[in-house]
Amino acid sequence: MTSAVLAPDRPALARRSDRGGGRPLTRGAALGLGMAMLWFSLLVLIPLAAVVVTAADGGWSHFWDSVTSPQTAAAIRLTVGTAILVTLVNIVMGTLIAWVLVRDRFFGQRALEVLIDIPFALPTIVAGLVLLSLYGPASPIGVDIANTRIAVFLAFLFVTLPFVVRTVQPVLAELDREAEEAAASLGASRFTIFRRIILPSLTPAIAAGAALSFARGVSEYGSLVLLSGNLPMRTEVTSVRILGSIENDNLEGAAAVAVVLLVISFAVIVILDVIQRRMVRRG
Amino acid sequence: MADRTATVRTRRGPLTYVFRLIVAGYLVMLVAWPVALVAKNTFADGLTDLRTILTDPDTVHALKLSVTIAVTAVVINTVFGVGISLLLVRYRFPGKRLLSALLDLPISVSPIVVGLALVLVYGGRTGWFGPALESAGLQVIFAVPGMVLATVFVALPLVIREVVPVLEEVGEEQEQAAHSLGAGAFQTFRRITLPAIKWGVVYGVVLSLARSLGEFGAVKVVSGNVLGQTRTATLVVEEKYLNFDKGGAYATAFLLAMVAVACIVVVSVIRPREPR
Repeated sequence: MTSAVLAPDRPALARRSDRGGGRPLTRGAALGLGMAMLWFSLLVLIPLAAVVVTAADGGWSHFWDSVTSPQTAAAIRLTVGTAILVTLVNIVMGTLIAWVLVRDRFFGQRALEVLIDIPFALPTIVAGLVLLSLYGPASPIGVDIANTRIAVFLAFLFVTLPFVVRTVQPVLAELDREAEEAAASLGASRFTIFRRIILPSLTPAIAAGAALSFARGVSEYGSLVLLSGNLPMRTEVTSVRILGSIENDNLEGAAAVAVVLLVISFAVIVILDVIQRRMVRRG
Repeated sequence: MADRTATVRTRRGPLTYVFRLIVAGYLVMLVAWPVALVAKNTFADGLTDLRTILTDPDTVHALKLSVTIAVTAVVINTVFGVGISLLLVRYRFPGKRLLSALLDLPISVSPIVVGLALVLVYGGRTGWFGPALESAGLQVIFAVPGMVLATVFVALPLVIREVVPVLEEVGEEQEQAAHSLGAGAFQTFRRITLPAIKWGVVYGVVLSLARSLGEFGAVKVVSGNVLGQTRTATLVVEEKYLNFDKGGAYATAFLLAMVAVACIVVVSVIRPREPR
């Protein structure tokens, strides 16, 4: 059972069919496409464009001042830095978890499968509360990291848990075992087999999962509200900073910082698209 | 993965057990134990906390509002998701690849940015369309329509991600056969396509429901968080915790967590093992 609740590699399939496949639009389908595009524009494209336009309205210097003010710059540094750190942990732990779920077999494995999807389905505010109950002031193990930067790290780690696991798992499950057996029979050590045969086939999936996990970390908000204390210059992340500007009715400033996050989101989408096309080309 | 049992590694080194231990330990410390503690804290005073929130009219209103918004958002996303999946898989049109990439965007946009974006367009005072809509009698921001929009935005790709691969695997031979036998487009969809993609749609719906019920940041920005009016269950958790009503916060969080876990379990149980 690969209950791939998240299957971020899935759209790769969609893109496979966009070269040759499909028939030309019929009149009804064209009408449907028009309505879908209208809805998608009203809901997603126009609002996101409004963020960019609002940020640009104030001019470049205003944008630059908003983004580089000490408090905002500190928030962006903390967010991006922590997201990178968490992504590195996820690359190692996610691959290891996927490996254990696919190649090992033991009692309780299905429970672990469910555990991995919980961070995805759990409301983020509840995620914060959940972490606070083990790592907060009332911790039964005496670890209180609330209101510190470690709390930000932990919250990111929690909400990004499924991404690398769920992208690597299906690829690992479909991997051809013959090459590994051949290498083993030729005397390769298990580490060599992993590094030379398994890892290269997993790399695109790991990269895709890492990109998603980075994007999710950078945009995280809900789980930090109760956990990190949102102390300016110390534990305040970019999303909290944007919310602060919105609440002070400084929509231009909020939009300027939001553009930074949008650029990161777009970059991740582009990276994913490139990785997926490469995966499809390889077959 | 039915074939996985057949290919289980026969030689088990000590490393296998080390890995097993690391993974289990990591998941217990990060997920299982903290989640279990919320349940424990909820029932610390027996059923009092749960009973208190379930008899508090404002909390009940928030829970109902959350469910209403989530169900509306799921219906919208299901119709849109199935429709756009059919278009993406069965038809070709210019810009298809761009569209398919853009559809993933909501997953990586910060919920606060989602809220901000909607305020900038639909805000009553300064939004692009807001003042016009408001003079036509439709308030979007600081009202339920805006909260539905925010929820639809964040859960947008989930149905599409589930339905597209199923549609591709099913192929279109049966649809073409039905068509050549004289079935209309709607009849073909209802009798052939829909039964084939049924489970994909169900997973998508369950996941969207979990995501929609739990939305917090985007809803916080567009709702105004007015007690008894536009306060949802997730906002109640924050408000109760910050007002030192920890029992109430844990109890509300527990209810939300139960729904989330139930959704995950439902998906993992009904998802059929892959036929290969």
